[in-house]
Amino acid sequence: MAMISDRLAETGRREAAGAAQVSVSGGSVGDYIALLKPRVMSLVVFTALVGMVIAPGHVNPVLGFASLLAIAIGAGASGCLNMWWDADIDAVMTRTARRPIPAGRIAPGEALAFGITLSVGSVLVLGLASNWFAAAFLAFTIFFYAVVYTMWLKRATPQNIVIGGAAGAFPPMIGEAAVTGHVSLDGLVLFAIIFLWTPPHFWALALVKAGDYARAGVPMMPNVAGPDATRRQIMLYTLLLAPAGLAPVALGFGGAIYATVAGVTGLGMVALAWRVLRRREGEAAVKAAQQLFAFSILYLFLLFATLLAEQALGFGSLFAGWGR
Amino acid sequence: MRDKDRTDDKERAVEGGPPRMSPDEARRRRGRNIAIAVVLGLLVILFYAMTIARLGENVMNRPM
Repeated sequence: MAMISDRLAETGRREAAGAAQVSVSGGSVGDYIALLKPRVMSLVVFTALVGMVIAPGHVNPVLGFASLLAIAIGAGASGCLNMWWDADIDAVMTRTARRPIPAGRIAPGEALAFGITLSVGSVLVLGLASNWFAAAFLAFTIFFYAVVYTMWLKRATPQNIVIGGAAGAFPPMIGEAAVTGHVSLDGLVLFAIIFLWTPPHFWALALVKAGDYARAGVPMMPNVAGPDATRRQIMLYTLLLAPAGLAPVALGFGGAIYATVAGVTGLGMVALAWRVLRRREGEAAVKAAQQLFAFSILYLFLLFATLLAEQALGFGSLFAGWGR
Repeated sequence: MRDKDRTDDKERAVEGGPPRMSPDEARRRRGRNIAIAVVLGLLVILFYAMTIARLGENVMNRPM
């Protein structure tokens, strides 16, 4: 708590110093949109939509759209609060130095106010559009990402993205909760897929960007446990992820096409993780990690897109009735 | 920024008025203002549509 009050005081001091020079915001509309991390938002919308579609029951299209919009804005709000808190380390990392706050286009206090306003607004809209359980779940997710992950875990432990990854994995469960008012095993399986996908995805990036994270003082796994230990853990999580990707088939909401896609791409993930494990030196090691990072994005997209397409086209489940 | 502009800004700050904006700053502020207006308009439509959707068929069910 002392850490948060220190940061708020620092933001206040910067605002006071800034007010003596500039009394109008310097950010463009694009800068404010950038604060919401649109690419993360699009992934959240996509996975939450799949959570809504696989949920048993019917939702009014207008209320469904409003719920999805609220979930997206909630995700954007947590991204905004993340950027407010992490502005100091964003400034020293090449990947993030051009973000609106470290680049000086938006003041920290503006980002904080923007993030809090959108957080409250998104939770209220989700509560009004669907139900208050889903709204509470969204509020918890924002809290988990902005406070538990960003303010605490990220700078404290190499397990930061493992535990923090839960925040990115919650949206399908929120989507399901928006339709049914509760969470079932189906939503939990989608959560598990994203949760197990997060470590191989981010650690593949961290292997390549280890220097950046070291400069910023972020204890990512390659900086703390070393690249080889990270490679072993990537392999371990990928071996758990591949069968988890097939769980929707066993539970009856993934059909034959999904089974094929999840099976083939799951083997692709294992093959690329194996390559990362074996190639440990030089350009080959960097390339292997980059390939795993890129393919992991395609993997998750294909899994959720196939689930969505199967539901939309009404293809029968391979094992309909199993586990239900 | 020219010296005269700096002096003007200081005078405005002392008087409590806003500082002079560059054309780029003015353009960005106009963009923000338009975005806020559009968002507010869309929120009005969203809340109206949500209300009608929530009411459903009952919206036509008025006791005579």
